[in-house]
Amino acid sequence: MSLADDSLEETMAVTMTVNGERVSRAVPVRQNLIDFLRTGLGLTGSHIGCEHGICGACSLRLDGAVVRGCLTLAVQADGAEVVTIEGLTASGEAADLQAAFVERNALQCGYCTPGMLMTAAELLASDATPDRDGIREFMSGNFCRCTGYQAIVDAIETVLRKRRRLA
Amino acid sequence: MKPARFHYVRPASIAEAVLLLAEHGEDASILAGGQSLMPVLNMRLSRPRVVVDINRIAKLKGIALADGAVRIGALARHVEVMRSPLIARHLPLIAEAMPNVAHVAVRNRGTFGGSVALADPSAEMPACLLALGGAVVLESTRGRRQVAAEDYFHGLYDTARRPDELLIEALIPPQRPDTLSAFMELSRRHGDFAIAGLACTLRHDAGVIHAPRLVYFGSEPRPVLARTAMAALDGKAWSPATHDAVAAALADDLDPIDNTFGSPAAKLHLQRVVTRRVLDGLPDKARAA
Amino acid sequence: MTAEIKAKLTPLDRPNTYVGRTVSRQGARKAVAGAGQYTDDISLPRMLHAAFVRSPYAHARLTKLDVNAAKTAPGVALVMTGKELAERITAPWLGTLTCFPGMKAAPQYPMVIERACWQGEPVAIVVAQSRALAEDAAELVEIEWQELPAAADKETALDRTTPVIHPDLGDNLAFEKTIGSGDVDAAFKAADIVVEETFRFGRHTAVSLESRAILADYNKPAERLILYTSSQAPHMIQTIYARMLGIPDHNVRIVAPDVGGSFGMKIHSYGDEVATAAASMALGRPVKFIADRLESFVSDIHARENLIKARLAVSRAGDIEAIEIDVLSGAGAYSQYPRTSVFEANQVLTITGGPYRHKHYRAKATVVYMNKVPTSQYRAVGHPIGNSVGESLVDMAAAACGLDPLEIRRRNVMPDDGYPAVTAGGIKVKELSHQKCLAALERRMNYAALRAEQAILRKQGIYRGIGIAAFIKGTAPGPNGYYGIGGAPISLQDACTIRLDPGGGIICAVGVTEQGQGVNTVMGQIAATTLGVPLDQVRVISGDTDATPFGGGTYASRATAIGGEAVLKAAGELRAEILSIAGALLQAPAGSLDIVDGHIVDAGTDRRRISLKEIGRIGHFQLHELPNSVQPRLSVTHRFRLLDDLYILTNGVSGATVDVDTDTGFITLRKAWVVEDCGRIVNPLLADEQVRGGFVQGLGGALYEHCIYDDAAQLVNGTLADYLTPMAGEMPDIDVAHIHTPTSVSELGAKGVGESGTASAPAVVMNAVNDALRPLGARVTEQPMTPEVVLRALGKI
Repeated sequence: MSLADDSLEETMAVTMTVNGERVSRAVPVRQNLIDFLRTGLGLTGSHIGCEHGICGACSLRLDGAVVRGCLTLAVQADGAEVVTIEGLTASGEAADLQAAFVERNALQCGYCTPGMLMTAAELLASDATPDRDGIREFMSGNFCRCTGYQAIVDAIETVLRKRRRLA
Repeated sequence: MKPARFHYVRPASIAEAVLLLAEHGEDASILAGGQSLMPVLNMRLSRPRVVVDINRIAKLKGIALADGAVRIGALARHVEVMRSPLIARHLPLIAEAMPNVAHVAVRNRGTFGGSVALADPSAEMPACLLALGGAVVLESTRGRRQVAAEDYFHGLYDTARRPDELLIEALIPPQRPDTLSAFMELSRRHGDFAIAGLACTLRHDAGVIHAPRLVYFGSEPRPVLARTAMAALDGKAWSPATHDAVAAALADDLDPIDNTFGSPAAKLHLQRVVTRRVLDGLPDKARAA
Repeated sequence: MTAEIKAKLTPLDRPNTYVGRTVSRQGARKAVAGAGQYTDDISLPRMLHAAFVRSPYAHARLTKLDVNAAKTAPGVALVMTGKELAERITAPWLGTLTCFPGMKAAPQYPMVIERACWQGEPVAIVVAQSRALAEDAAELVEIEWQELPAAADKETALDRTTPVIHPDLGDNLAFEKTIGSGDVDAAFKAADIVVEETFRFGRHTAVSLESRAILADYNKPAERLILYTSSQAPHMIQTIYARMLGIPDHNVRIVAPDVGGSFGMKIHSYGDEVATAAASMALGRPVKFIADRLESFVSDIHARENLIKARLAVSRAGDIEAIEIDVLSGAGAYSQYPRTSVFEANQVLTITGGPYRHKHYRAKATVVYMNKVPTSQYRAVGHPIGNSVGESLVDMAAAACGLDPLEIRRRNVMPDDGYPAVTAGGIKVKELSHQKCLAALERRMNYAALRAEQAILRKQGIYRGIGIAAFIKGTAPGPNGYYGIGGAPISLQDACTIRLDPGGGIICAVGVTEQGQGVNTVMGQIAATTLGVPLDQVRVISGDTDATPFGGGTYASRATAIGGEAVLKAAGELRAEILSIAGALLQAPAGSLDIVDGHIVDAGTDRRRISLKEIGRIGHFQLHELPNSVQPRLSVTHRFRLLDDLYILTNGVSGATVDVDTDTGFITLRKAWVVEDCGRIVNPLLADEQVRGGFVQGLGGALYEHCIYDDAAQLVNGTLADYLTPMAGEMPDIDVAHIHTPTSVSELGAKGVGESGTASAPAVVMNAVNDALRPLGARVTEQPMTPEVVLRALGKI
């Protein structure tokens, strides 16, 4: 893609599993994981919103836990398992959540959505069954400028109740 | 907004890490959870020559009870501390505070040691460490030393840690069965840094309060042990008058910073409100315990 | 249903209509899979990346600019200074419109030439192999400044001791305007009761999650410039860039791929984006510029900074008689091109007190320049301010008269049967429904029960506040309003080209654009309904000047009202042609046929005769099957604009409950209600979500958002950690309902809906807070309503 000429950067060889595929690359040591995934691997589903860890647009799964892609260096993911929205989609793990987002129109511009889904997927995978306020609290590190959040909370609540067989 | 160039090293052991710190000193930044370092790297506000990534040092991990202290390894992630039965049992103050720490994705990556090492004045864990009378263990090629929390937090992002020292762990005495603790903070939005906050522990005997430790954070350059307020509480019984006296005494203990989150007057006022609310709530908590 | 009754229904009312039905968005299905394509997701061969050197000072003279070290830095392809860029453009921008007589503005170059006028103004562009390398090189630009005193405070901007930002203008005054009606002085003199207050509104910025983004691709041999850019108004950008860079319009193509939020912020022209296009032209290579969050805060337009003195005269019985406001509006260093920086103040003048029947009104605006980021249109321009001021005054009047806030509004709003009418602010209004909205809101809130609960809570020391705020909102402007008559290169009409392809598919290309509101879906619903085809047989194209008819794009809540009508008309014409071809093929009068579910049917019986696919095949390939007299077009373009109306006015009323912690000054939002009237609704769910999202955006400004400047005009909180936006944890659930009074200006009958929530939220939450504080004798008059503001109002600090 558009990575700079390697000779211009200090790089390090890394191998990681991204969405189930093993990839080996020489990555600039100063490059964030999110930049590596987007420009190095063409996985543009995760977005960049603030690059200082506030907005959550770059949320992805690193070794099983949701993290900010902008607050981790790509070289730190050496040997790690990374799952992005593309992987989450391919696995079908969040298909019900994605369908609920569409049906409830829990997104408008869609820019925050992959990060929202990565975060919500962690809630769904846990054994917690929070109420609406608890869902709001869990999602409180992901910024959405379009929806006002209610539809997002609705969609997550619907799926949570279905998965927990509460409704 | 991409980091300036740096060299990246990934020591596998404490010995290797402290050698690197000895070599690079102030030119090195230690990368633990990265939740505070990475933003300033991205913004180029921090420009270390070398980034020392300590995430693969196994000995910095874990939470354990040993030799009469709870040991929280520098690399213990916030989420591990939050879920730890050991913490819930022996350090309920930290368990109570932890849900206030940022958001899930930050807690999954951020570390206890990183929070204490950075000493952000609005952070929860430094305040808890100080309230609990804990200590930190620092190591360099010159050896290992233990620094009590009371001697550790010097000022705004300023601690007793020297540039060549690695924070290894925090050692915190378990809360005694007759110790009560409480945590409260005010932040504009859930997970934000606090603009006023109190972490406190105290003992009580037949309604009389002993050995209170009141640590204020969010409004000051560093977590502050409020000695005047503590004196106003020590040996007293719960009462609105006592609580007011404690709140009033804060004028001598606190000197809030002025920033976009509020004026010094507002922050002092809020710390007093927090004080009253925490103290008002403690008798119920005592009964529940 | 008999054929006779059926024939009387318009296509929009047919049983199988998509208009009025919730259908999901194709764009949403893409986005949840991470398969959206935003500008930064596009990579082109040989693409380079831009970073900018920006002024660290609010006001400073450039005394040295040496780019030699930067030019030779690793990976660098180009460094261009403001002066070099100025030589590549035809003329600077001038942010004035002739509809604002007397307005003054200074010419604005895309980057600093010799003097920086705001912190963040671009100084030089650095283009390199990666953004990181470009930033490395930008640090090597040797630059020296002579710092100048800055105009940082709107209240002193016109003082003689304040530096004049643009000496040629004589002073820092951008614009003054007074409007009015009736005899205001006499009305106030004779009034039973006068309430007055001074209101302050902080600066905000849009914070679209996707920042401004542009990928410029200049093909030198073809002399062709393609810009992929996160824009609401591709055709306007085409015109402006063509003029600016001296390229014929038709050689400039603008593609707006998925847009990650815009809110009015992405309808302006920005110097750094022009520099990116110029860099691509200089290099003959694609150049990408993605504004990072820090530079977004100091380069995206700001808005809302106003200080307003206001008073209202009311009779003892509660009849509003007169309103007067004096607006001081704080613009930035330049007037933003092409929409200007005075529109916000103008809107405050025209809409304040807009829901009411009073006959006496005077409103004065003074707009001043400061050494801050330029200001301009941002979602619901002026309305959050004007509504907050007007609705606060009304609540103060209610308290003074001993009336309930709901009652005083019932008493004073324009009656639903009283249209057409003209507001005291001079706006011609028709087809509004204040009374119906108030009645619906009262029911939905269960208002009486809330008041009863409030009284009980107050005894328990809980300060629950209940707010009500009526509003009007100008949507879908016409050419006789500001931009058209004012001379701007902004299209006030919009267009649809619709065609039948050989496979039977309908391609519907529109000039309005999609930023996630669901514009494409709504256009598809209108087209499918009008034509009589399944929705999945229609593909809507927007956001590409090569593929769509010239239009204004999406702004001012116009997409459905203006663009939707263009689709309706175009689809209607195509339908007529298809029926005529079908008639020729079937040897039946066109009037005896209908199109249902993608098939030509016998009208009345719905007996299927021939599919649209067959019409497409014959109309494009097997033309011999048609009589010689029939020459298919199978493609129709239709345009629509308002005629005499300035806007399609909408109205509504909001409610909110809050709890105010009178010890901490913290405000907890409990619930909100919005009843609004956007006429005919095409997609109910999407309309509701526009209201909800807009409402929360308004809450942001009311409670959290504030661009804070120090005395040197430095923005001191330009990060997302310091500039607080609404997050999920604190936002309330919002009940949304609609009154349906279609506009008569179009067949579709739709009015705008996208800004109503934003227009009313700050007013209703401020009223709710003050309702909570009223028993304590305190009043908040400043937004954002931070704990500090509330505590000061309460006298606690």
